[in-house]
Amino acid sequence: MPQLDDRTEPHSELADGVSAQVPTTDEVQIKTPENIGGMGHRKKRKEDPRFLQGKGNYVDDVKLPGMLYMDIVRSPYAHAKINKIDASAALEMDGVLAVITGEDLKAAGDLHWMPTLMSDTQMVLPIDKVVYYAQEVCAVIATSRYIAADAIEQVFVDYEPLDAVVDPFEAMKDKVIVRDDKDKKTNHIWHWEAGDKAATDAVFNDATTVVKEKFYIPRIHVSSIETCGMVANYNKVREHMQIYMTSQAPHAHRTVFALVSGIPEHKIQIISPDIGGGFGGKVPVYPGYVICAVASLVTGKPVKWIEDRSENLQADSFARDYHIEAEMAADKEGRITGLRVKTLSDCGAADAAANPSKFPAGLYSICTGSYDMKAAHVEVDGVYTTKPPGGVAYRCSFRVTEAVHMVERMTDIMAHDLGVDPADYRLKNFIRPDQFPYKSPTGWEYDSGNYEAALNKAMDMIDYRGLRKEQAEKRAKGELMGIGISSFTEVVGAGPSKDYDILGIKMFDSAEIRIHPTGKAMARFGTKSQGQGHETTYAQIIAEELGLPADDIEVEEGDTDTAPYGLGTYASRSTPTAPRPTASGPTRAVLPQLRARPPQWPRGRSGPRRRRSPRTC
Amino acid sequence: MSEHEVTLTVNGESVTRSVEARMLLVHFIREDLSLTGTHIGCDTTSCGACTVLVNGKPVKSCTVFAVQAEGAEVETIESVAAGGVLHPLQEGFWEKHGLQCGYCTPGMIMTAKEFLVRNPNPTEDEIRRGISGNLCRCTGYNKIVEAIQYAAEKLQADAGGE
Repeated sequence: MPQLDDRTEPHSELADGVSAQVPTTDEVQIKTPENIGGMGHRKKRKEDPRFLQGKGNYVDDVKLPGMLYMDIVRSPYAHAKINKIDASAALEMDGVLAVITGEDLKAAGDLHWMPTLMSDTQMVLPIDKVVYYAQEVCAVIATSRYIAADAIEQVFVDYEPLDAVVDPFEAMKDKVIVRDDKDKKTNHIWHWEAGDKAATDAVFNDATTVVKEKFYIPRIHVSSIETCGMVANYNKVREHMQIYMTSQAPHAHRTVFALVSGIPEHKIQIISPDIGGGFGGKVPVYPGYVICAVASLVTGKPVKWIEDRSENLQADSFARDYHIEAEMAADKEGRITGLRVKTLSDCGAADAAANPSKFPAGLYSICTGSYDMKAAHVEVDGVYTTKPPGGVAYRCSFRVTEAVHMVERMTDIMAHDLGVDPADYRLKNFIRPDQFPYKSPTGWEYDSGNYEAALNKAMDMIDYRGLRKEQAEKRAKGELMGIGISSFTEVVGAGPSKDYDILGIKMFDSAEIRIHPTGKAMARFGTKSQGQGHETTYAQIIAEELGLPADDIEVEEGDTDTAPYGLGTYASRSTPTAPRPTASGPTRAVLPQLRARPPQWPRGRSGPRRRRSPRTC
Repeated sequence: MSEHEVTLTVNGESVTRSVEARMLLVHFIREDLSLTGTHIGCDTTSCGACTVLVNGKPVKSCTVFAVQAEGAEVETIESVAAGGVLHPLQEGFWEKHGLQCGYCTPGMIMTAKEFLVRNPNPTEDEIRRGISGNLCRCTGYNKIVEAIQYAAEKLQADAGGE
């Protein structure tokens, strides 16, 4: 293999000055005056004063009268048969009200299993066996969190350990069956393909250069600084369930709770208060949430469940765990002609990704990236192992990160083997501006783009050629210096219903704006900030569209009783999707009327002076 | 579990309560005193979200018993904006975008408050070392460092003006 130092002199095929066509953020025009404060104005965040003074309201800050506490007994084995659960000693303790087991949930209407968002099933609490380490085994309900924590030590579970299988390639051999609840006794969950296999094979047969690489993208965990938790508050008289929950998608979770519990959806209110970081980890419905809600149903009292960090890291959703084998083909000119990818997706004990696309491997087929090629073929197989179910984290359900990492590495490897500078190799192989709208070989339509200009701009900004010279000089002296490049195309904003769906709801979001008689406004959304600053960003977008001052707009999210239905916040979807309705005709129509006839305090009566009505630009 | 009476000063007010010997200071602050600005992130003294000042020193209140704070002066995030005016650190975090979800912010501010008393004119590297016991999962720390630099300069300027 040629060494990096042996590469040929960098060259660029693009004319000088192309990069100047792409505007940068300094060149973005501000269209509203300072007092309106629309997009582009520098504004301090509206949400910050409460966070800075310790006045946020996170789930663990919620305290309801008569509230009980839940703690969870978890499995010390990755795979074991449960012979017996003896909770008698725990139940004798002062302050312990109940121990909830899988049998109890079964008796309550088969609540011991729940559906996942991937049309799989997952145990809420086990009856026969556990399938991952730290799996929820049963839950204790007590009058204080200390008593609940004491009581889980007094629940005795008789386990019979079974062989664990944590390697997905081993799991594919079906020697140890993880999910024997299924009709088919196999760990193989699904096989999925995109692209044209025959056309891709033909391209590889004709290729001058083929490079091959294996990647393992390991498990990772979001580890948001706030763990997950819930306060469930069932009112027996009203037959109403109020839930405070660490939720990135409160409406979707309300629908899931209605489907799982049988409580009608209009009798469920989910409130997602301030959230201490989500990163995808607060999209899935974990067993703890369901048990906590059942505990409130059973006791008729509010029940709080807050995970500790160990539980959060051991049992909550992970991300990645993709084993990838990729090949890239190039012709005699060195141009990329094809991509062939085989992937094994280690799903853990259930396929519990929260992937709102219609594909089991999410948007993985975006893996041809920014490059123009004749053909591509992608195969992915999902497999069960005795590990916690997943996976969601940092776009993981969408599998875009995996796709981008793979194609960018393959492009680097190809450039390296051909002895071409990796930036120049990208410039040579990018989809050209005149090819848009571009249909990718795996079926995606790219509407627009100018990748050459964007990369050239970035290279100019860091003086890429200068850095390469510096690198050569340093290497000559024996000093190491590395330069990495990644240029990706991905799908965000989930998304058009031809490609996206969750629970048959499709993907969309909503906004509701109320303009009060004095010209101030309340705007509510179906998304849910976990630190992104929606209260500020959305107010600025509305200010831009309607001409109301951003400071006069209160943005609220997270309460399903007041916010319009939406699919929540993840995968970079909220800002492109949610505030869009603010530009609608009806909203614009009401404002001129309000401005023409603002409310007035009756003449001759003492009272507050009317403040000047909002002005538009 | 044995009960003990503890008397301590929290944010300038003397409080006396009967607590279990094993009651953690963070639960005492959050649940008995309803001061929920102090957060719990890891239960293991790793993340610093629960940092409060005990006799002026930053302490991770998730691994201290309430009884250990007997007679101590405890300051929490709720006391930092004196008279409703934001402290230069709070101002700095707001101005420099030193927070996103806000969960680590109270602990970060309490740690930085004591750090700037010890080192009023810190270098960037000293700030990074100074907050190394506090984790943030959102910002990537750069903006937090800028926020603390902002506060250091503001506090220096205020001190010089006196």
